[in-house]
Amino acid sequence: MMRLRAVEERIAARYPEQEMRCPTHLCVGQEAAPVGVCAALRPDDYALSHHRSHGHYLAKGGDLDRMIAEMYGRETGCSRGKGGSMHLVDLSVGFLGAVPIVASTVPIAVGAAFGARMRGEDRVAVVFLGDAAVEEGVVHESLAFASLERLPVLFVCENNLYSVQTGLEARQPSGRAIHELGAAHALSHAQLHGEDVFAIHAWAEEAVAQARAGEGPSFLEVLTYRYLEHVGPYEDVELGYRTREEVDAWRARDPIAHATRALADEVGPETIDGWMRAHAEALDAAFERAIAAPYPEPEALFEGVFRGTSTRLGEGT
Amino acid sequence: MSRVIPYHEALREALALCLEHDPRVYLMGLGVPDPKGLFGSTTGLVDRFGPERVRDMPASENAMTGVALGSALAGMRPVLSHQRVDFALLAMEQMVNQVAKWHYMFGGQRPVPILIRMIVGRGWGQGAQHSQSLLSWFAHVPGLTVIAPATPHDAKALTLAAIESDDPVISFEHRWCFNVKGEVPEGIVRAPLGEAHVVREGADVTIVASSYMVLEAMRAAEQLAEDGVDAEVIDLRTVAPLDRVTLARSVRKTGHLVAADIGWTSFGVGAEVVSAVVEDAFDALRSAPRRVASPDVPSPSTPALSAGFWPRARAIVDAARAQLGRAPLPAEGPPPFPLDVPDPTFTGPF
Repeated sequence: MMRLRAVEERIAARYPEQEMRCPTHLCVGQEAAPVGVCAALRPDDYALSHHRSHGHYLAKGGDLDRMIAEMYGRETGCSRGKGGSMHLVDLSVGFLGAVPIVASTVPIAVGAAFGARMRGEDRVAVVFLGDAAVEEGVVHESLAFASLERLPVLFVCENNLYSVQTGLEARQPSGRAIHELGAAHALSHAQLHGEDVFAIHAWAEEAVAQARAGEGPSFLEVLTYRYLEHVGPYEDVELGYRTREEVDAWRARDPIAHATRALADEVGPETIDGWMRAHAEALDAAFERAIAAPYPEPEALFEGVFRGTSTRLGEGT
Repeated sequence: MSRVIPYHEALREALALCLEHDPRVYLMGLGVPDPKGLFGSTTGLVDRFGPERVRDMPASENAMTGVALGSALAGMRPVLSHQRVDFALLAMEQMVNQVAKWHYMFGGQRPVPILIRMIVGRGWGQGAQHSQSLLSWFAHVPGLTVIAPATPHDAKALTLAAIESDDPVISFEHRWCFNVKGEVPEGIVRAPLGEAHVVREGADVTIVASSYMVLEAMRAAEQLAEDGVDAEVIDLRTVAPLDRVTLARSVRKTGHLVAADIGWTSFGVGAEVVSAVVEDAFDALRSAPRRVASPDVPSPSTPALSAGFWPRARAIVDAARAQLGRAPLPAEGPPPFPLDVPDPTFTGPF
């Protein structure tokens, strides 16, 4: 979590330099769900995400250098510069991808679990979605199919109350918590506070075990909050769609402060300071390497639209 | 010697071969394992390969397209079917934003081997939402290979090649082709994706067609031959990416072009064919190219309006004659059978 916070704050600090030329959705304040959930996964488990994906990518084990290089549009980026912040991928750790069209990775994650099961593998798939995603029909289609097939999928809905600048009250009925949609599709479901990474992790351990045992999918709603604007490096209280009091109230329940308090007796403040320094140094190096890396050559524009290969029947794996 | 079998059996053979030879292949779609098996193209496969690999699915087209994509990323080779193109529109988001772009936008790291079959309806009162030929919609999107097999041979050979392709392929199968018979070799047979096929060589006019209009183009070529016009007929087979080389080569020989399309005229495949030839072989053209396609109106249900909506061979003949400066043929008498069915043996319901 400290690493995610350090990365996101550094991106925010350097974004105004105009060198990261892609929309950037930061997850400052929302670190507990990615960390708590991904810590329960194996490297060969699958994870997919949406536009606010840096935390999910890093928590799943994604390569920091390649992520920063991707944001700088470099050839060394995790998507060779073709994706940017909203299209992160690291197949070596099962992070299958992130896309900005809200909810579109939800069925893809279900399909990854479906494919794994058809291949006789015991992998689990996790998909991170935002609160607005449940307003898309494809989520309900996906929940129904995952439930029908008892697929090993974890749906993790990070409810940060806002879709861009539109509040939940303008988008969803009051009196119906998001996690209850899981019940409607006969999934295990729970609602947890995004302050508490330990509770989220405990839920994920259980949900993963259930999924791997063939006992079907689970749905978690995490009550969380983004401290910064929807897209970009700044706070945005001056826009007036949310109040300073609201932001401060959520900041008072900061997930990192919560974890630090919980760990204080165990590890001591010096150790925690040491972690933060180490993260900061690693970050400096990642940004330096990204900026020094080459852009893709012009011919790369035309590369990869088609793979242009075929796999003869029965060949390959 | 090849056997003569119908198009739907040729499709079924291709699917069965792929299921048999590659455990990663599975079929999915509403009605795929049902007794009618998508107009005979999947009948019996569930008995042979089981319901895990020959799957029905919920009426959730968009999600199931994502499921197909996710399973492909996990190492499977899905074949997703829609009984009508029109239902696939519910999955445009997954097809256009996700399936088509996944390989490119993630830096070419993983193949996306998916075949999405779509059946085009026509006639017998199919109406506005059961008969659309939207090849050009999909052809417009980089990353999608769009095929349109017209013959039983190509139904088998292109389908097999599409399942073997490591790229996503959209296949348009025209309902009026399903009962057409033709020679089809047994066993594995492939046709190259991305290459047009000269199905009839000729010197006087080039007729470019795809899907069912290839059959009408061949009839038109026969009628033209009766008046001494030697037409070359090109079956695009793959609509996108378009094989511009074969088109330009033919027009350099004939100097005249008729583009026949199963879709609407404006912004259609015919428009792209004409544009490509004008760009690549303008100096060889001796007349203005012509399009033969449906007028820009929704498909009417009543048989009374079918003749005005679905162009047949005569429209191609007229276009070719006009280009060659020949007088129009005399007006046709009443058709020998209704124009809302592929042939007189057809009695519905469809």
